[in-house]
Parts: sequence; structure tokens; C-alpha cells
Amino acid sequence: MDHFPTNWGRPRNDAFDAYGTYPIQQRPNNIKDNFNGVQRTQQPIVTGTSVLAIKYKDGIMMAADNLASYGSLARFKDVQRLHAVGNHTVLGASGDMSDFQYIQSLLDDLIIEEFTEQDEHTLGPAEIHEYLSQLMYGRRSKLNPLWNSLLVGGYKDGKRFLAYVDLLGTTYSASTIATGYGSYIAQPLLRKAVEGREDTLTEREAQAILEESLLVLFYRDARSLDKYQIAKVTESGVSISESMALRTSWSFAEGIRGYGAQTQ
Amino acid sequence: MPQTRSFDPYTENGGTILAIAGQDFSVIAGDTRQSEGYSIQTRYAPKVFRLTDRAVLAVNGFAADGNMFVKKVKQRLEWYRHAHAKDMPLRAIARLIQTMLYAKRFFPYYVYNILGGIEEDGTGAVYSFDPVGSYEREACRAAGAAQSLVQPFLDNQIYFKNQVPAPGTTHPAYLSLPDVLSIVIDSFTSATERHIEVGDGLEIYIVFAKTRDLQDFETIRAKNVHLIQELTVAEDGERIFVLRRDLKKD
Repeated sequence: MDHFPTNWGRPRNDAFDAYGTYPIQQRPNNIKDNFNGVQRTQQPIVTGTSVLAIKYKDGIMMAADNLASYGSLARFKDVQRLHAVGNHTVLGASGDMSDFQYIQSLLDDLIIEEFTEQDEHTLGPAEIHEYLSQLMYGRRSKLNPLWNSLLVGGYKDGKRFLAYVDLLGTTYSASTIATGYGSYIAQPLLRKAVEGREDTLTEREAQAILEESLLVLFYRDARSLDKYQIAKVTESGVSISESMALRTSWSFAEGIRGYGAQTQ
Repeated sequence: MPQTRSFDPYTENGGTILAIAGQDFSVIAGDTRQSEGYSIQTRYAPKVFRLTDRAVLAVNGFAADGNMFVKKVKQRLEWYRHAHAKDMPLRAIARLIQTMLYAKRFFPYYVYNILGGIEEDGTGAVYSFDPVGSYEREACRAAGAAQSLVQPFLDNQIYFKNQVPAPGTTHPAYLSLPDVLSIVIDSFTSATERHIEVGDGLEIYIVFAKTRDLQDFETIRAKNVHLIQELTVAEDGERIFVLRRDLKKD
């Protein structure tokens, strides 16, 4: 007995597949995937490169360029990757920019919710970092990560705070932190300039160190831009600068021998 | 069908941990470097945590899992305190850790745990675990990046493997505190020399049974006042100290 009602009353011919039922997996509306109709982030699409941050005498300083790349294409050249969270914290993001925008919206909602309590309490950088750590670790545990490396910097109750969290939920804090290519190229420069001098570095010195590091990154990181912003968090709150341009110099290229256009 | 590489939810963050049980004390130590690949992420990320006045947990492997695991163990111990108005005994903490690890058998915490402290009978104890909860009580254990360097050294120095006692003598049944501390410090300085993921700082937790005479420790403490900090909370119970030293940073 044929138990399939759709076959009832139709000619039965075991040799000829009159209705094109074979091979069954190639028929329309029979596409099976492993996603249950939901695509998860398996790779970043529009990405930001390194974020750098250091502690200095008055608080913390953070820097990032204004580029959001689409693969190797420099797609968006006026993107802000530093974000103020409340009055004591700044968040810097590398990795997927759409995930970063989602995180910004979550944090903005969080800050509003805390503000409406009107209970004389505000979230400081430590709380923001804990929130983000739990968020990032929770998402990695669902195998649906937010594809970012984030730096959280801040100043509250006379204390500096600087910490990292990434798509795996890995966290740490240090007096200098850099994400992405910055962790290979800028971090050694930052450590040499900052470690042991956190309490004496002036604002001018701190800014000079970050700008020098951004310049080196711009020369070597092909996904970076010479347009950048610097954020400061001190006793008096968060300030994020307007976009500035790095002062590059290419005259040294004249002297390079061994590759390039010239033959000798 | 396009080939897609799936997201890997794990990484390794280096470092090494170590614990040794004495007759009436226990020593639990770990370095403070956190790394990924060839990069040092930070020179100070603790891997050893005080759970109660008589229990210390060292966690090594994937740092994010480790921190989450310690957080959940501490939470369970707090609930126990609220329910029973006392701290959970060490052997019960060990069994708790087993069930918590095995609960995630099919998406494990990628961490090696070593629990050290004082048992209810006043003896020093060390429990070591694998990532899915298999555990046993031992006299000493090393785990982590430099396990393969340190454990053979402990087998020789703690268990006296391949050592023949002088004629007419036997190996001591228990090692003294100064000897244990020397072995721990030497283990980490050596591991720092030979393993790139070990270094920066060393934290040694020392837990003493309530009955123990601390005279030998006080002489060590007097010589290292600025390095040693007491963490004991309750009076007339077990006492717990942490000794912090530098390791090479290269």
C-alpha cells in the first residue's frame, strides 16, 4: 500500500520518474541547512583596525583611526570608533563595525536605564567592562559571537581603569593595551614609553606617544588610515577629539634600494 | 557547497600553576602572565584565588572559562554559607567542582583546576582536576604550559622518585614549609627560563591548619614583610597568606 496521498490516483511507474522527484535533495523547497533559518556571524565584514590606549598621570587616553574597511577596500573613511559611555568611560572598538554599533545601542539603553533610576549612582568603567565581558562571553558560549576586540578606559573616584575584552570573552587589564595589528606593532612602543611611568606622564607626552604609535601603524598596517581621533578620560570626564590628520613623511622612500621602481 | 570555517570558541592563555600539600599546611602557586600565541597580554592576571579561609583554587587554560568558572564556584560557596552558616569543607568543594565541570561535559570549561587547602582533619590537601571533572587527592601537582617541565621535578623532589636514601636513613614522610617554598620558587624560576609562556610574577598562597605552630613561617615572614600579605578572615581558624614575587619578564 502506498501511504503517500499525493501519489494516489497517479500513474505508478517504478522505472520513470514522471514528477521529477529524483534526486530528492535537488528539488526546490527541499533545501536543508544547519542554520535553522538563522545565520550566525562567522566572520567580520566591515572592520575597524587597531585601538591603542594607555594610562597617564591624569587618567587614560585612547586612540583609533577613522577607517572602516570592507575587506581590503577602504570603504568608510569617517567612522568614529571611540564611544563615550556615561561620564566616566570610553569604549574603543576594532573588528566588526555593525556588531560595534549594536553594542553602542545596548550601552546607550543601559545608561538611560541607570539615569532614570535617579539614585545618585552612575556606572563606572569597571561596571561597563564587566557588563561587556558577560555579554561577549555569553555570545561566544552561544557560538554566535560579537566579532570585536574592545578596550574600555575610564576614570572614576580617583582611579584609572583600562581593560580589554574580545569575542571569546577573554579579559585583562594593563597600563598599555593595543588591539589587532597594534598589539604587534604599537604595544612594544607603548610599553617602552609607559611602563613604570604611569604616574608621571603628562597629557602632552601621552598624546605624543599615541600619535607616534598611530604613525608607525599607518606606515605598516595596510588597513589603517592617517585620520584619527583621541579620547581622554580624566577627573573632569570624557572628551573625544575632532578628527585629526597624521603628519606623514615619505621622503625616506627616495633612499630605499633593493625593491620598488628603481633598478639601481 | 562552500567550505566555511566555523568559529572556534576556545583559546589557550599560557601560564602554569602548582600546588604542594604538607602535613598541616598547603601551598598553591601560579605565575601571573597571561598570553595568547607569542603576545603577552598582561603581566598581572591572577590565576590563584582564595575561596574560603581553608581553600584556594588555581585555574589554568582558557582564561575566559577560568574566570567564569571561579566566579560560579565562589557563588555556590556563598549560597552554601547562607544556607549552612559555615564554610564548605575542602573535600566537599572538590566534589562540587567535579559536578560543575562535568555538567559542561559536552561544551567543557577548557581549564585545569588545582584545589589546595586544609581538610577537616587538619591535614594539608591538594586535589587536581581535568577539564571534565575527573579528580583525585594528591600530595603535589603541576598543571598548565610548563607542566611537563615542573611535574618531573616534583616527582623527584616531593615523591623522591629515583632517589636512594643514605644508608641507614629513610626519606622524610613530610617536607617542611621552607623546603616546600624553595621547591615552588625554584620550579617557577626554572619554568620561566625554559618556557616562553611563564614569567612576570609569582603568587604563592600558603594555608595553615588551625593547630599549626607558625614559628618557622614567622621567621620567613619577618625577612619578607613587604612581600607577604595575610588574607585570613575568621579568627581562631585556618590562616591564609599570599607571597608575591617577581619573575623574569622577558
